[in-house]
Amino acid sequence: MKKKKKINKFFGQKINPERFNKTQLPFFFILVPFSVLMLLPIIFIVNQAFKPQSELFAYPPRFFVSQPTFDNFVELLRVISASGVPFSRYLFNSLVVTIIGVFLAILFTSLAAYALSKMKFKGKKLLFELNTIALMFVPIAVQIPRYIIVAQSGLIDSYAAHILPVITMPVAMFLVKQFVDQIPNDYIEAAKIDGASEMQIFIHIIIPIIKPALATVGILAFQMIWNDTSTSTLFINDESKRALAFFLSTLTGSANTVAGQGIAAAASLILFLPNLILFIILQRKVMSTMAYSGLK
Amino acid sequence: MIKRMNRPVWFLIPYWTLFFVFVVVPVLAAIVLSFTYFNSIQIPTFIGIKNYIQLITTDVVFMQNVLPNTLKFALIVGPVGYTLSFMLAWMLAHIPPRPRTILAIIFYSPSLTAGVAMAAMWRVIFSGDANGYLNALLLNFNLIVEPIQWLQEPQYLLTIMIVVSLWSSIGVGFLAMLAGILNIDKTLYEAAYIDGIRNRFQEIIYVTIPSMKPQMIFGAVMAVVGSFQAGYIGVALSGTNPTPDNAGQLIVNHIEDFGFARYMMGYAASISVVLLVLVYFISKVTWSVLGERD
Repeated sequence: MKKKKKINKFFGQKINPERFNKTQLPFFFILVPFSVLMLLPIIFIVNQAFKPQSELFAYPPRFFVSQPTFDNFVELLRVISASGVPFSRYLFNSLVVTIIGVFLAILFTSLAAYALSKMKFKGKKLLFELNTIALMFVPIAVQIPRYIIVAQSGLIDSYAAHILPVITMPVAMFLVKQFVDQIPNDYIEAAKIDGASEMQIFIHIIIPIIKPALATVGILAFQMIWNDTSTSTLFINDESKRALAFFLSTLTGSANTVAGQGIAAAASLILFLPNLILFIILQRKVMSTMAYSGLK
Repeated sequence: MIKRMNRPVWFLIPYWTLFFVFVVVPVLAAIVLSFTYFNSIQIPTFIGIKNYIQLITTDVVFMQNVLPNTLKFALIVGPVGYTLSFMLAWMLAHIPPRPRTILAIIFYSPSLTAGVAMAAMWRVIFSGDANGYLNALLLNFNLIVEPIQWLQEPQYLLTIMIVVSLWSSIGVGFLAMLAGILNIDKTLYEAAYIDGIRNRFQEIIYVTIPSMKPQMIFGAVMAVVGSFQAGYIGVALSGTNPTPDNAGQLIVNHIEDFGFARYMMGYAASISVVLLVLVYFISKVTWSVLGERD
């Protein structure tokens, strides 16, 4: 009798429930306040970005905006165009670099992942092992040799310098490879019997199946490139080739004055929102990729 | 053309070329450079292990500030961020899909913010005058008598860096663990309860964690790497490199300071090698500790 009660209790709070019941309340009591705490800094930026000068200067400072305006965004545009390079130029650079970078990251990563998962060749194990070790790699530690390589190969001041050093992501490659592992070999064998080449199989069979993993690579690459300021700092001397994130960070870096705070908040918001929107759109695909993320 | 692309080379070349050029070669180059004197203008000259000796014996800042700071920072941010990620993921797994998705996005969103841009916001919150939000709040409740220079006083800087980093530590590892928990076969739980598991704690220890061990390891490796990688934060908060009294100086900043400010590239490379070895070693230890309990 006692045992039965336990089991019933267990079924009441099982993992991955479909709908709400009272036993979930304790979880909500912890999760909801915690999420508010986590959101505070983000709510703060949003409020700060829309505060008029008078409220930024107010003492004591107030958290919420009471009379929202677009002043800070207008001011941001004015400051940028006063620097000699128009805002649109930075935005254009960032868009070009991010779009090409995300595309190449997805293409290169998935090609390599397919080969490592499904093809037979010498050194396959070694390459995968190397990639797994690279999961523990800290790119920031090798800035200097990377700088030398980029300088020696004549990539300074080119868009390629924004893209090539950052699109090799061992984590992304690992995730896609694990995802491809789940595809039954029968699909591939059947296509081979029909005379398809490996590349045709990759394009027509593998790509449609691994779309969630590709979306995940895409979002990781997007975050990496869109938010990146280091390539602009290290590899680019020509102001008109630098990225939006870099420029906004130079603005926010000098935002010690109260007047600068509003601009800084507006700039942070402009950088942050595309990341968030993209993640919200793709979160379902990301989650289904993460199911295969295990390291053994 | 596509019809005849059968060889692995077609698939491997793009990724692995970049991998070798921007991962393998830089690591090897850092190792080689670490045994040289190199000021970025003249050709590097071989000086044996002098850089390493200097790093251990005469670099007071490294031994007294940088290394202790880095270890303290990483040993708090890594494990706490990791535990937090797991607990949040575990709790989220117990609520229905819709609220779960919304809350998961909220928890993950700080790691989507661009660190440098966000630092400007933290500077406003922790601003040293009475207009700073934290100061104003504390003054309002009479908890402090006069405003505190949060970001310039050595005693607070590292703590603030830890808090800020923890805030954005719910990242890829969290998503992996959440997916891991959701995919555990439900019959395992039923079996475990019939076998005599009594409470939720036992359930986590005997069913949940063992069943999602691969994701736990993945999350742990990500946590280790992430906690050593965060270097910009102290410099971005205080606005200077080196940070005031080296209070927030991490290995990453030390590399930058020597490499790009003083052009002692060989010496900076030896610090890089130490960092890479440290991260690799700690990841491997974590990995084997988590992987062992079968």
